[in-house]
Amino acid sequence: MTLAVQFTQVSRQFGDVKAVDRVSIDIQDGEFFSMLGPSGSGKTTCLRLIAGFEQPSAGSIRIHGEEATGLAPYQRDVNTVFQDYALFPHMNVRDNVAYGLKVKGVAKAERIQRANEALEMVALGGYGERKPVQLSGGQRQRVALARALVNRPRVLLLDEPLGALDLKLREQMQGELKKLQRQLGITFIFVTHDQTEALSMSDRVAVFNKGRIEQVDTPRNLYMKPATTFVAEFVGTSNVIRGELARELSGYPQPFSIRPEHVRFADGPLASGEIEVHGLLHDIQYQGSATRYELKLANGQTLNLSQANTQWLDNTTQHQTGQPLSVRWAREAMVTLHDTVSGEV
Amino acid sequence: MNTLAITRTPAPGSPLRRFSNLLYRRPNLYLSMLLVPPLLWFGAIYLGSLLTLLWQGFYTFDDFTMAVTPDLTLANFTALFQPSNFDIIVRTLSMAIAVSIASAIVAFPIAYYMARYTRGKTKAFFYIAVMLPMWASYIVKAYAWTLLLAKGGVAQWFVQHLGLGPVLQFVLGIPGVGGSTLSTSHLGRFLVFVYIWLPFMILPIQASLERLPPSLLQASADLGARPRQTLMQVILPLSVPGIAAGSIFTFSLTLGDFIVPQLVGPPGYFVGSMVYAQQGAIGNMPMAAAFTLVPIVLIAIYLSIVKRLGAFDAL
Repeated sequence: MTLAVQFTQVSRQFGDVKAVDRVSIDIQDGEFFSMLGPSGSGKTTCLRLIAGFEQPSAGSIRIHGEEATGLAPYQRDVNTVFQDYALFPHMNVRDNVAYGLKVKGVAKAERIQRANEALEMVALGGYGERKPVQLSGGQRQRVALARALVNRPRVLLLDEPLGALDLKLREQMQGELKKLQRQLGITFIFVTHDQTEALSMSDRVAVFNKGRIEQVDTPRNLYMKPATTFVAEFVGTSNVIRGELARELSGYPQPFSIRPEHVRFADGPLASGEIEVHGLLHDIQYQGSATRYELKLANGQTLNLSQANTQWLDNTTQHQTGQPLSVRWAREAMVTLHDTVSGEV
Repeated sequence: MNTLAITRTPAPGSPLRRFSNLLYRRPNLYLSMLLVPPLLWFGAIYLGSLLTLLWQGFYTFDDFTMAVTPDLTLANFTALFQPSNFDIIVRTLSMAIAVSIASAIVAFPIAYYMARYTRGKTKAFFYIAVMLPMWASYIVKAYAWTLLLAKGGVAQWFVQHLGLGPVLQFVLGIPGVGGSTLSTSHLGRFLVFVYIWLPFMILPIQASLERLPPSLLQASADLGARPRQTLMQVILPLSVPGIAAGSIFTFSLTLGDFIVPQLVGPPGYFVGSMVYAQQGAIGNMPMAAAFTLVPIVLIAIYLSIVKRLGAFDAL
């Protein structure tokens, strides 16, 4: 399997700040790869390093096997969809899309045809004559996508492209992007701070924190087997049990994670391989599809329990805040966490 | 529920409060109060005097008695097309065009550097450096240039030491450009004009480049454009409004100027100096008024050309 992008011990420093710190990633050809992390975690800098807008302070970046360090953006076979779309305001939609072909010297007839095809692909066939200001946010987003894809790049970089769209449109675009990626079979590298988005679209996700990678894994593994406390808490919600209680419950000194939906109310005799803890019900939050119960444990730690509201008109009145409660979970649902950033993957 | 409800009838209020409430209820009144004084000033004093002046262009000037009589005539305006007057117009117009083009070429790199590469204190330094020459009197600067460009002045000394004396002689020999020395040549006048109006070109271009999002340039490079292509396809087209705004300054200021043409360059009137001479020394107010119309018409034509080129589309 060829690698689309390979980072080897890449660092990027801005003054004293290490935006990217000894990051190594292998991104497979044809993969939908997401870079997930809070703002300032280095994910966008990594994307800019691939695009060539930044040069690494140390380390090496290979794009399809070729050393890319030192190459200018226009010398790289990658294209970017920008967060603010970066459409040229003085050109109409078709000229925007055809721009990449124009600067590469593609003949006019061909570039108009290919631009029209690209616009058809993003369902903006009749919009060629319009100026970007006459389009809605979602339409601009599609134009930006068509403008990048018309060059037939082997790697497409997407820098939080859905961030400015409202929820419905965002969900729709997520589906379309995923479909497009399968259709074209090219590598998508997608930067986002939205973990749901990353989980639902990606083949693999890299979780960034403070310039380092905490974990690279499939969405399922990321959620089910978080490697570090950061991943456990950033991807979905999690109960991270630390300290003496962790040692008592799991037998290991490391903290562990248990997902709220894997915790259930105690009923009947304790089965083997189950763990039971006691606490006071502190808060009940009705969330529509689920109800969340917040327990205060004896040592002061909070434990969340999430119960799916599968019953029609399920009522939650059987529990009162302040009442003592016992909850259980299966031992195998506990994931032991590392507190340190692993860095190496 | 008396604990929460604080019942207080609105105080009758001072006249000032009632007035401010009135303004709040009637935003148009508020707006007109803001706009009427400047519009009165602009309309009555500025436009009014200008129109009065232009109206005088239709009056008759008696060459013999040197008296102005309010007998309406088109003679002054037709006189503009006499060869001697038309020469003045052509001379002024070509200088204004040349100065605008040269200013744009010189200003662009400075403006680009200011907009994209400086920040904080460096940017403030550049602002001050660009505007500093405007702190000194314009006449003093023009005089200073006559000395700098004079025979045996700094400019010529410098050119001689670079071994470029023959080149200078050749340039000064070109008709329409040269003259006997730099300070009495068209070239010298042109240099002084470019020097004096340059800040008016730098600042608008800088402002237009400042508004250019960096992601546009990155997008251009990302799509495969070399730096030169990015400059021609993205940066220049988007800075056209700035260049247009700057050129309106340089163009109109050169058209109306009457000091520099007197101090630097070969003899011969400019439109500005012609107006000055007609209404001052000669007392031919109608002819001066007719000449005043020339820059107004030229700038109107210029603006319509610039507008047709789409320079204001991005505003």
